[in-house]
Amino acid sequence: MNNPPGAVAALFLREWRIARRIGGGASTGAVFFLILIAILPFAIGPDLNLLARIGPAILWIAALLSTLLGLDRLFQGEEEDGSLDLMIHTRLPLEVVVLVKCAAHWTTGILPLIIVSPLFGLMLALEARALWLVALSLLAGTPALTMIGAIGASLTVSLRRGGLLMAVLVLPLTIPVLIFGVSAASAASGGAAPFLTPFLVLCALSLAAIAAAPFAAAAALRLARE
Amino acid sequence: MRLSGAEVTIERGGRRLFCDLTFEAGAGEALTVAGPNGAGKSSLLRAIAGLLPVAAGAIVLKGGDDERNIGEQAHYLGHADALKGALTARENLDFWAALLRGDDKASPAAGAAAPMSALAALDRLGLAHIAGFPVHVLSAGQKRRVALARLLVAYRPLWLLDEPTSALDAAARTALTQMMRAHLAGGGLIVAATHAPLGLDGRQLRLGAAEPDEP
Repeated sequence: MNNPPGAVAALFLREWRIARRIGGGASTGAVFFLILIAILPFAIGPDLNLLARIGPAILWIAALLSTLLGLDRLFQGEEEDGSLDLMIHTRLPLEVVVLVKCAAHWTTGILPLIIVSPLFGLMLALEARALWLVALSLLAGTPALTMIGAIGASLTVSLRRGGLLMAVLVLPLTIPVLIFGVSAASAASGGAAPFLTPFLVLCALSLAAIAAAPFAAAAALRLARE
Repeated sequence: MRLSGAEVTIERGGRRLFCDLTFEAGAGEALTVAGPNGAGKSSLLRAIAGLLPVAAGAIVLKGGDDERNIGEQAHYLGHADALKGALTARENLDFWAALLRGDDKASPAAGAAAPMSALAALDRLGLAHIAGFPVHVLSAGQKRRVALARLLVAYRPLWLLDEPTSALDAAARTALTQMMRAHLAGGGLIVAATHAPLGLDGRQLRLGAAEPDEP
């Protein structure tokens, strides 16, 4: 038959290039993350014990907000320049297009943020083990945030100022991810649960979102055509 | 291959653009859709591409690939150029070539032009020298020509062109006419909505002005 892997690679490469070039916004998420983490200790005060206790939660909230920040443009740019009209009728099903775009968004926008999160954790006086648990829980949980956000992005694709509406739509759906993420991340700093159980739930949430969200997002994009 | 529409009715936002429109175009034929602004030319093209539902009637492409819908056998050139400003003209075209090119069994019928490389297609439209420039620095006419080059990098038998000549200069119009003639000679079909003459013989479809809704 034809060569879908080639088309997937071409789409991924294109997303990667757009994100990396000027105005692409790949670094917006990481910079926003840095700003949030940098100013919070000033607001809370120099109580290291307190910072260490709420540090994992702060990192998770910052990651959640940074993820949503870039996502509203995920399909809006394609809609505005007419690319979406063409993407509907390519050899790739629209569901795969959604999945590949999300994967590219995650690797360009979120992965750098996860990689630097142990560094930011130091600013919140997290102990060594907690640093790694936070990064690990972000690694397992942020795919779910991206995929859930993609549903919101595709629902608001034709709205010019859809960013806020998208956040309102998506934030309630991300609460389970946030709960299990923080509970896994704070296991090292005297959290309520051991690490493994919430971590596995987090993995399950991400897998379920990766499996289901492309269908929901593609359906919303098709509806938006009419 | 034959594209035909039978008693097609299209509504947008509760307003009926036209009803019971019947049209037909065979292999190697061009159908030019004319009519005043708001007559429904673009909507007709979008409906053929499957981007807009028809309220009544049916549009079918006979003799094509039965496993694909019309949109998957058509190049749709809308008002927007579907180019990413941050990417170069060549990268844009390489991307669409990878996504739009069909499988080998459905590729060109005998006599049709084989898909070109991005550079060759840009050269056809006189843009070889700007292949490496990001699209956002190009002029409107140059962007339009890059969008037209997309039609050449992947073979699809049906071309749906919405105002293909907008922003084009005389030389580019000539190149476009040659492109379209070559496509028709290879057994392709073209449906074009336009105000300007395209230099093609073929059928004409005139859409009337939308009747004002009487209260």
